[in-house]
Amino acid sequence: MTDMSTLSTFLTHIGLGHFLFISGMLFSLGIYGVVTRKNAVMVLMGIELILNSANINFVAFARYGNYGFHGQLAALFVIILAAAESAIALAIVLNIYKTFNNVNVDEIDKLRE
Amino acid sequence: MNQIPFIPIALIILVLPLIGFFFTLLFGKKIKQMYLFETGIITTALGLSIYMAFMKLMYYANEKIVSELTWIDLGSTKAFGKISVDLGMMIDNVTVLMLFVVCLISTLVHLFSIEYMKGDKRYNRYFSYLGIFTFSMLGIVFTHNMLMMYIFWELVGLSSYLLIGFWFEKKSASDASKKAFVVNRVGDFGMLAGILILFANYHTFTFDKVFAQISQGVLPFNSEFWLTAMGILLFCGAIGKSAQFPLHVWLPDAMEGPTPVSALIHAATMVAAGVYLTVRIFPLLTGDALLFIATIGAISSFIPATIALTQNDIKKVLAYSTISQLGYMVMALGVGAYAYGFFHLVTHAFFKAGLFLGSGSVIHAMHHEQDIRQMGGLKKKLPITYTTFLIFSLAISGIPLTSGFLSKDGILASAYAFGNLTGYKIFAISGFLVALMTAFYMFRLLILTFHGEPRNEEKYHHAHESPALMTMPLVLLAILSIFAFYTINPLSAQTGWVLKDWLKTPASVVPEHARYSFMVQKHDEKPEAAVKHEEAVAEKPAAESEHTIIHSEEYTEALHHAHYPAMFLSLAVAGLGILFAFIMYFWRKINADKLADSVKPLYKFSLNKWYFDEFYDFAFVNGTLLLSRFLAWFDSTIVDGIVNGSAVVTRQLSKLSGLFDTYVVDGLVNLSATLSGLLGIFTRKFQTGKVQTYIIMVVFSLVALLFILMNYGI
Amino acid sequence: MNHAPLLSLITFLPVIGMIIVLLLPKGMEKAMKITTLTVTFLQIVIAGVIWSGFNYSLGGINDPNSFQFIEKFRWIELTGVAWLNTIKIDYFIGIDGISAPMLMLTALISFIAALSSWNINKAVKGYHAMYLLLVTGMMGVFVSLDFFLFYIFWEVMLLPMYFLIGIWGGPRKEYAAIKFFIYTLFGSVFMLLVMIGLYLSCQETLAAGQKVFTFNILSMMDPKNYTATGILSPLNPHNLRFIAYIGLFAGFAIKIPMFPFHTWLPDAHVEAPTPISVILAGVLLKMGTYGILRFNYPIFPEITRQVIWWIAAFGMINIIYGALCAMAQKDFKKLIAYSSVSHMGFVLLGMASLNTIGITGAIFQMFNHGTITAMLFLIVGVIYDRAHTRGIYEFGGLATQMPIYTGFVTIAFFGAIGLPGISGFISESFVFLGGFGFEPIRLLTILSTIGILLGAGYMLWTLQRVYLGPLNEKWNQLQDLDGREYAMLIPLTIIVLILGIYPSFMLGLMNTSVNALVDFMAKSPQLFSSIGM
Repeated sequence: MTDMSTLSTFLTHIGLGHFLFISGMLFSLGIYGVVTRKNAVMVLMGIELILNSANINFVAFARYGNYGFHGQLAALFVIILAAAESAIALAIVLNIYKTFNNVNVDEIDKLRE
Repeated sequence: MNQIPFIPIALIILVLPLIGFFFTLLFGKKIKQMYLFETGIITTALGLSIYMAFMKLMYYANEKIVSELTWIDLGSTKAFGKISVDLGMMIDNVTVLMLFVVCLISTLVHLFSIEYMKGDKRYNRYFSYLGIFTFSMLGIVFTHNMLMMYIFWELVGLSSYLLIGFWFEKKSASDASKKAFVVNRVGDFGMLAGILILFANYHTFTFDKVFAQISQGVLPFNSEFWLTAMGILLFCGAIGKSAQFPLHVWLPDAMEGPTPVSALIHAATMVAAGVYLTVRIFPLLTGDALLFIATIGAISSFIPATIALTQNDIKKVLAYSTISQLGYMVMALGVGAYAYGFFHLVTHAFFKAGLFLGSGSVIHAMHHEQDIRQMGGLKKKLPITYTTFLIFSLAISGIPLTSGFLSKDGILASAYAFGNLTGYKIFAISGFLVALMTAFYMFRLLILTFHGEPRNEEKYHHAHESPALMTMPLVLLAILSIFAFYTINPLSAQTGWVLKDWLKTPASVVPEHARYSFMVQKHDEKPEAAVKHEEAVAEKPAAESEHTIIHSEEYTEALHHAHYPAMFLSLAVAGLGILFAFIMYFWRKINADKLADSVKPLYKFSLNKWYFDEFYDFAFVNGTLLLSRFLAWFDSTIVDGIVNGSAVVTRQLSKLSGLFDTYVVDGLVNLSATLSGLLGIFTRKFQTGKVQTYIIMVVFSLVALLFILMNYGI
Repeated sequence: MNHAPLLSLITFLPVIGMIIVLLLPKGMEKAMKITTLTVTFLQIVIAGVIWSGFNYSLGGINDPNSFQFIEKFRWIELTGVAWLNTIKIDYFIGIDGISAPMLMLTALISFIAALSSWNINKAVKGYHAMYLLLVTGMMGVFVSLDFFLFYIFWEVMLLPMYFLIGIWGGPRKEYAAIKFFIYTLFGSVFMLLVMIGLYLSCQETLAAGQKVFTFNILSMMDPKNYTATGILSPLNPHNLRFIAYIGLFAGFAIKIPMFPFHTWLPDAHVEAPTPISVILAGVLLKMGTYGILRFNYPIFPEITRQVIWWIAAFGMINIIYGALCAMAQKDFKKLIAYSSVSHMGFVLLGMASLNTIGITGAIFQMFNHGTITAMLFLIVGVIYDRAHTRGIYEFGGLATQMPIYTGFVTIAFFGAIGLPGISGFISESFVFLGGFGFEPIRLLTILSTIGILLGAGYMLWTLQRVYLGPLNEKWNQLQDLDGREYAMLIPLTIIVLILGIYPSFMLGLMNTSVNALVDFMAKSPQLFSSIGM
């Protein structure tokens, strides 16, 4: 019955676990996107997902962890950072495209050399 | 004591030929007349030597003039004391007689050579060589010590080398000169050993000082054996120089030199130097040493006489005869007949020089033909040469009225007496046999050369008597071969002035029991010779021992008894020998060839000179050459092989260590490099350069890390 | 030091000459030759000045006060060096009667060989620079009284010699040069070890009373100067002096060269150019025997006594073995090289006699061998220059073609045989007299006299094969001597003849020192060994 009670508790009481679950899902999806997508723009979008999963964590821990507004603050920073990062990343992608005429990350393995 | 400056005169006589040598050698090429200068110098020396000999023998016959100076002063050490080497001159009767002989024959040979050598391309050089020979020979004559004896001994060896090899373009001549020098060196080897013993024990080379020490009982290494050995070793020099058995082989070969040289060096003077040496060291010879010397002398007189019987080369016959006569002298000294030995040296020098010059005259007339089988009948063509040659032959055969008779008879009588006294009769027997053979081969030579029919008409036809410059020396020497110069009694020399006044047996200094029994001591005699020093000498020379040792009465008596038997015997054998020669070669009653055939082995043995040369070549020359080749091989293969081998071993070792270095030491280094390289290749695989792969890795690593941390960690 | 530094001058003059030669531009070959000639001639002049100022009554050997022309000053001084405390090395040179004849010989032979170098036209600059350096090395060896200095000169001489053989030599020059170099270096290693061993065993008292280790060989000759524990100190009961002696001896024996270390010599001689052969035989070989007399004898007198028989035995072997080997040679130069081996045996034998007459003979033989063998090599050089071959059997009858040359040959050959009237006779007979006078080596001396017989054999045989007999028509174009060859041969001839007739010119120079050495050798073995016990 413990399973049942745990499950029912999970279903009835929204708590930290739910946020973490969502965040974990988002993170996994992000990773998946980053790893599997060949298009650099799609990779960037994956990264956005990962960042947002982190934001959820920040906020959730701030709400349940008695840390004041530190979490929200951090989340705000991340959002700003993500925006900036996206701008730069997109610029890089554009440059990559200009250089390699391609945004397929598999093809761009100059780093290896 | 004497007003005659003997020593300065002697020095002048000694140095004159040396000056002649230098100037003739240096200017001989430019000035054609240098030979006259040289001849003049020698003649001057002869004049001085006659004067000196006359004054010495007439007025100072009992004196001995010594002068010495320090040549090398080696200072002194605490351990060995003072050491110095002296040079000096000694003039006694033997010296001046020898001096006269050398100067006279040298002068005559110079004169003879002026004609004989005419036309030679090295004419003046020849005369300069004669000069250095005369100088060295005079050095031997004047010396008063063993070192100077050795020095001049070697120098006469050098001049003999130069003169034998004068016509060095001929291989036989250069061979002969080399052989002469080397064989002489064998003798000198013994002589040097003797000198070493002498110096090691007495710290001086001077004869008189050594004699004085021996007479005071100082023996080499304190043993009589070494005294005997020292005497024998010193005598070894004489064996070489006087061509005594077993070192006689060089003298016949030395006939390759110009004939006047043979007369001067290889008949009259240099070969007699051995006898002269023995005369000089006579006082220190023990009985055993003398017996050894007598034996050598007897063998050396016998063997060459048998060889001379069959030789056909006029000079070879004379050469063997020379050895034989030298053997006589040596034997005479060995049996204690000091005076006769030296007397024979003098007489022999004149008649043998005459024989050689005579043969030179014949060879000159026959245009350098030396084979007596090509001669014959020359008597009419060469009357002067023939007459003098006859006189010389009579002298060497020991026929009365000649000088040869006097000395030879004395030697035979002494040997005879010696046999009676000691029982060693073999010396007398051999002596008479040799006398027989001598008479035979000399007359064989004379008859074959001058009598009978000419065997080579063409050469006979061209033959003519030699010019006066060549016959004059012959006549002079022939005159000197007459008895009257030595004694007024033609049958015995003993009463003559040479033996009575001039030649006296010196005192033996060896311990009494080591002498011959007949050489005893007499205590009441006056010293025979007084020693006088002209120049200041550091040490007082040895005074003559107070008592003179002369032959005992017993010996005098034995000699007296031996005189007539020996004389008749020697006359008989000489007559017999001459008779045989006439029968075989003049009247031809016996065919010489048939006789030779009937004793063929003996004949061949004699003709081939007892195979001495072959034996020596086989045993010594080839032996040494083989040894030297072996050692050269040993040196280049073994000794150098070890050196090179060690080099090879080092090189191989270095290669090994090189390999070790490359494959082991460096191998390890390279191995680690290779390993890290491989690792790199392996890890490289992870570096895809794709960000996504990296991210996967990061994520998986993170998960793994977390997993580990959760299970094993905090 | 109240005299001009003559020894330094004579030693380092060639270095100045070398610098001049190096500064001369390339085209001036003649000037280089003249420089060498001038320098070596000046050396002869200085040697003459030294001779005239030489005091015959001073012995030297172990007494610093009786050495002459001494120059001594501190050369290297390091203080506070670990346990050694102070290292000091002196520039200490001086001569006595043993080194003086060698000095004269070196000056003489250097000049003669410089004359002989005139017709070397390959890399003239390098040749003369090397040559002058070599001369400095040789001079330095003979004047050094400090072991360290000696060692430096010893090695300095080695290097130019290597190049002189290796560059200007014959067909197998590289082989010969390397053999020479390695052989000598092999000996030097031992010498170095012994030198260090002695340094660490021997102390010198400074003026301040302080005791410091020293390389001064004169200090090493006094047993009082040794420390109690030094490895080569006679005071140390477990000292290694015997082994050190053998090592040092081996170092010198290679130079002599002593059987069985002699095989570098024939190769080096055959390949070296004539002037270098002359130097090699004339001077270099003497360094070995000189070293033994200067170092082995007075520093290790007690061991010298022990091994004296062996020194004589090796001397005898050298004499006989060298002579027999010479007899079998077909190469003229090799024959002379082996005759050198034989003649140096006489030096060993004479040294072993330990008495005045024998040691005088040995030193005089060193000088005479220097002059006579130099003549022999020049003689070979003369025909090699003309005929470009040295095969003994290829000649014959040269006396007809070159009579004056043959005259010199005769003198040199008979000098080598030991004919009286030529200097070699005096030294050889002195060696025999000395050797025979010393009981332990008497038999060896007698055996050695066979050497003079063999010597006559091979020399006369060679004389006959090359110069006598009918002229080999191949050589009827050969010219007799020219002026330069006269200038080389005549001085040597005059010297050997004068010293043959009046040897006291040279014997007087060395006599006091020889006697001092003999006295020293007679009394000091007891000193050395009694302290050890």
